[in-house]
Amino acid sequence: MKKAADDNIVRFENAGLRYGFGPEVLQDVTFALAEGSFHFLTGESGAGKSSLLKLLYLALKPTRGVVALFGRDVASLARPSLPALRRQVGVVFQEFRLLAHLSTFDNVALPLRIAGVRGSEVNRNVTELLAWVGLKDQMKARPSTLSGGQQQRVAIARAVIGRPKLLLADEPTGNVDDRMALRLMHLFEELNRLGTTVVIATHNVSLVERLGHGRLHLEGGRLTLGAPGGAGRPDKRPGAEDAAGSSGLGASAPGSPGRGATIDARGVEPAHPTAQAPVREWILKGVP
Amino acid sequence: MPWLVAFMVFLAVLAFALAASMHQVAGRWDKGARGTLTVQVPVSAADDGQALAAVLALLRATPGIASAEPLADAQLAALIEPWIGPLAAGDIPIPRLIDVRARPGARPDLESLRVRLGAAAPGTVVDDHRAWLGRLLALMRALEATALAVLGLVLVVTVGTVIFTTRTGLSIHHEAVEVMHLIGAQDSYIARQFAGRALALGLKGGAIGLMLALPALAVIGALFGRESGGILPEVTFSFLHWTAIGAMPLVVALTGMATARFTVLGSLSRIL
Ligand SMILES: Nc1ncnc2c1ncn2[C@@H]1O[C@H](COP(=O)(O)OP(=O)(O)OP(=O)(O)O)[C@@H](O)[C@H]1O
Ligand SMILES: [Mg+2]
Repeated sequence: MKKAADDNIVRFENAGLRYGFGPEVLQDVTFALAEGSFHFLTGESGAGKSSLLKLLYLALKPTRGVVALFGRDVASLARPSLPALRRQVGVVFQEFRLLAHLSTFDNVALPLRIAGVRGSEVNRNVTELLAWVGLKDQMKARPSTLSGGQQQRVAIARAVIGRPKLLLADEPTGNVDDRMALRLMHLFEELNRLGTTVVIATHNVSLVERLGHGRLHLEGGRLTLGAPGGAGRPDKRPGAEDAAGSSGLGASAPGSPGRGATIDARGVEPAHPTAQAPVREWILKGVP
Repeated sequence: MPWLVAFMVFLAVLAFALAASMHQVAGRWDKGARGTLTVQVPVSAADDGQALAAVLALLRATPGIASAEPLADAQLAALIEPWIGPLAAGDIPIPRLIDVRARPGARPDLESLRVRLGAAAPGTVVDDHRAWLGRLLALMRALEATALAVLGLVLVVTVGTVIFTTRTGLSIHHEAVEVMHLIGAQDSYIARQFAGRALALGLKGGAIGLMLALPALAVIGALFGRESGGILPEVTFSFLHWTAIGAMPLVVALTGMATARFTVLGSLSRIL
């Protein structure tokens, strides 16, 4: 029925979650994500997207069922072993959650510093990535002085700087224009091509449809469209919320892969030279 | 926070200086008094120095006694003057005093000495200074203990302040702490940020406190030296004392750092 546990970077089995003594906001969630897959997580507001992501970035443990990350049951993990696991997960939070007292540069550098990367390497990587997301001139700026879209790009840069194995993004393109949204999506796709498993929660249905990829859909805390054992079935389209305004995405994407969502079952694909040179260099060089 | 630490270090230095001084004074008095006795020989009209001579002879023959010298009349008068004013010779019968010094390390048997002296000259009193010195020493020791208690209290208050400040800092920076936690920071990494800050603040405050305490110490020392008119033996601080005083800010700062660290670790252990 399932692939070997090793192939699935994420596995949920009848996972349930409740906050305090409240109702279950996630119920019987069962799915698995193959390593190197790319999924959109959709659902109406309040459906539980952010909550599901919280389970993935180890902010919470499920109150019921099993959540396994990188082949390890989260419930069985001792607290001191969690930070190392969290470093393999890059997160773009819905509210960005940038550190107000740190500059753009220091915010993006934080994951590297936490991981103990050398100063010169931190400088090079952060500078390159910030240039690529168009924040070269805001390196010293505090988050509060940045526009919403700029803050979002800082948040994304912070999430990907450590080249995580699993990249989670909660509505990462909500505050940027179409061109930037597409650029960021291509960054995610490029990272995905190099093996990063990606999950993006979004309301932006047109983006989801144009880019393809696998799809997880939540309705009232239940998964109505999932990826059992990593075999995504990207057919059903809940047209409940349609972001009609965000058309034009994907059409002009340079080297848009146009892959089907079934890609997630195939795992890691060889890298395509689609991203712009600097970021490709940055991605390929990698960070210890 | 730095000013509070400055005040704490200021207090700590003064308390330490007081404790060390008292310790030294008490020690010296104790040692100085241990080797001396005062023998009081009553005088009577009939007597013209025979009793004194007998007592002196007896004392000088006692093993363990290095010297026994009667105080001259002038010395006696000078001793008494502050209490009863100048007096002419013969106004009141004043007992003769003999200053007795024991050989270092020797402890003459006071009881038998009393008996023998009493037999030679009835009414002779042997005073080993225990009574009044004992009380004075007790006072010194009490002062010393109080100073040490103040020192301890300073540390306790420092710890309490740092806990409070760190808790406040944690709630102000709650968001930053949680984000660092979620992007994979070890508890020790987060604790280090707070501990480092506490150390920096502690050192800064400590340096200020020390800088204020040193002149205060000098002023107090000068006042004491003048007012006590030689009753208090001179107190000199050794290199060790100065080292301890110099280390005070460091001790307070390190205490603050450790406290901040444990406070942060404790509060982090409550989240996943
Ligand atoms: N910290 C919390 N405490 C209690 N209830 C919460 C908490 N966070 C979310 N919930 C509840 O859980 C449910 C799912 O919320 P969640 O944030 O996961 O939805 P979402 O799909 O991300 O919505 P949106 O698209 O608006 O971001 C909601 O009913 C919400 O009220
Ligand atoms: Mg949400």
